[in-house]
Amino acid sequence: MLLKPDPTFYASAKDAMKAPPETLAYVALLSATGNGSSDAIAVVGTDAESNAFAKEVGRVDLPNTGDELHHFGWNACSAALCPFAPRPHVERRYLIVPGLRSSRIHVIDTKPDPSQPHIVRVIEPEEIVAKAGYTRPHTVHCGPDAIYISALGNAAGDGPGGIFMLDCDTFDVLGAWEADRGPQYLAYDFWWHLTQDVMITSEWGTPNMIESGLNPNLLLEGKYGHQLHFWDLRSRRHVQAFDLGAEQQMVLELRPSHDPAKAYGFAGVVVSLKDLSSSIWLWHRENGNWDVRKVIEIPAEPADPAQLPDMLKGFSAVPPLLSDIDLSLDDKYLYASCWGTGEMRQYDVSDPFNPKLVGSVHIGGIVRRAPHPNNPSKPLAGGPQMVEISRDGRRVYFTNSLYRAWDDQFYPDGVGSWMVKLDVAEDGAIGFDPKFFVEFDPAHRVHQVRLQGGDASSDSYCYS
Amino acid sequence: MAPYYPWLGIFFLGCYHGINPAMGWLFAVAIGLQERSGAAVLRSIVPLTLGHIASVGAVVLVTVVAAAQLPHSAVRIGAAAILLAFGIARLVRVRHPRWVGMRVGFWGLALWSLLMSSAHGAGLMLVPFVTAAHGAADAMGMPMPAAPQYGAGVAMVALHTLGYAIATLGIAMAVYVRFGVSFLRTAWFNVDLIWAAALIVSGLVTLLL
Repeated sequence: MLLKPDPTFYASAKDAMKAPPETLAYVALLSATGNGSSDAIAVVGTDAESNAFAKEVGRVDLPNTGDELHHFGWNACSAALCPFAPRPHVERRYLIVPGLRSSRIHVIDTKPDPSQPHIVRVIEPEEIVAKAGYTRPHTVHCGPDAIYISALGNAAGDGPGGIFMLDCDTFDVLGAWEADRGPQYLAYDFWWHLTQDVMITSEWGTPNMIESGLNPNLLLEGKYGHQLHFWDLRSRRHVQAFDLGAEQQMVLELRPSHDPAKAYGFAGVVVSLKDLSSSIWLWHRENGNWDVRKVIEIPAEPADPAQLPDMLKGFSAVPPLLSDIDLSLDDKYLYASCWGTGEMRQYDVSDPFNPKLVGSVHIGGIVRRAPHPNNPSKPLAGGPQMVEISRDGRRVYFTNSLYRAWDDQFYPDGVGSWMVKLDVAEDGAIGFDPKFFVEFDPAHRVHQVRLQGGDASSDSYCYS
Repeated sequence: MAPYYPWLGIFFLGCYHGINPAMGWLFAVAIGLQERSGAAVLRSIVPLTLGHIASVGAVVLVTVVAAAQLPHSAVRIGAAAILLAFGIARLVRVRHPRWVGMRVGFWGLALWSLLMSSAHGAGLMLVPFVTAAHGAADAMGMPMPAAPQYGAGVAMVALHTLGYAIATLGIAMAVYVRFGVSFLRTAWFNVDLIWAAALIVSGLVTLLL
């Protein structure tokens, strides 16, 4: 219990942009083979003045194998300053780290030494199933009243997926979140407009639809998720489903505006069956109702079938496979990871209805195999994937693995294991930091990055 | 002790409750920011105050009735035990009411205020004043058990609420119009700790008076 609010809590996103630069990043490492070695959380130095810069300085190995780490989050964040459930004297201290395949959740303490975190609690899948009925926990958000976690399915690996909650203090499973799920069946990401009592959820697939690899039959039939769901955060009731069209397969990351007085946000779609393009959709409130429209389309690139994995040979094109998006705290720049084409795009979304492509860098890619400036002669596999922006918007970190079974389909000769950083100039121009290329041990792949003290997808703010 | 001291105490206790960001002024500011309207801040003060009255009033009513029905020593010791237990429990582990949502409307906001005040034991802090007044009557040799002192109870709640409303309104408007909420992250002292201490002190005072 603190005497003053945790110094990493900020009333508004605008205030949070003045936060000091992060000195450490936490990175999810997953076993490359899925059997044998366990997963881990790695700690990477991000202070350019330090000897630890761009080096792994610590690691906590998980006690079991087969967890498949993916996304994770903090126990507490700036939402603790929200006026209706204030608890400003909790600490942002514990990482809540779900195993997407094992359904085990690890609580990792980052104090007293933030570079040497340690596990303090493991919540077993049986507890989650018994109390919430869900498995395959995914996105973690620190809410004002509880820790919210999305889950892809039930104990049999089918739907419905949904959301469940952990107690803020004890981390006990409180139960499923939904009071009335309406037509919602598939789940993936979620976030909210906290001060407007709005929850938004997206759709990937049930565990059985994804765990043995991307199923081309399900994909061509349009069976993966293609809807956005709007919920009443207070009553926990489904309000509206928005179908983007069955050809829009896999609606993944959700990035609502950070300014709580605004009512819009962005959702990324991995692939269109029509032309293999990826797209980003804007949701916004229009006369009290939600409206959704496509605001960005990223086309597939023509490619020689000989350079393509089996799944793509027939198309003679490499799809961008938009896998992650992230919105800077000033709601100005949206970063888009094109994991297939090996491109990180930067859009100016100051006018959310008319995004402008203002920056692009290439690295990796199914065909492109672009190198990092750190070693221009070495072609890289994998592509920009989980992307995280620093609170001040001046540094952008990303890693290169998507999901183990799917990595193997699109990068059959190995996806590699790297993390890089972009510097963002005062005028918004992006470029690789040539000194920041972190290659992890070949037994592991890398997924989500969380920055010490918070980042652009970790906190929710209740004040403009 | 001058006879108006307890009444001053009751008034300032109301101000003290109003100063706590968890008791309503911050909620009023947030609603104002959301609606970009100072009038929305003002409008929020009414339901917040009603909720506070309900929470504090219920505790005072029970104490007034108990004081009239039971021997003074029993009321004193019982009230002290509740205050001490509540204060210590809040020291050991602060439970926050689980509440989600800002679009709450008039009665929703009143209910929120009622829940927050009750969970923080706001009304309990008035108990020593009620029992002290009753103890004074007892010492003067008035017949016991007496009729419940409803008039005094109402006066206490009214004075307390006045202090609460003045503090809530003043801080909410000052923060909304002038200061903004950025300072919260450095200035929001852990009032829960002071609050727990206040409950324990109230318990000890009740025991002694």
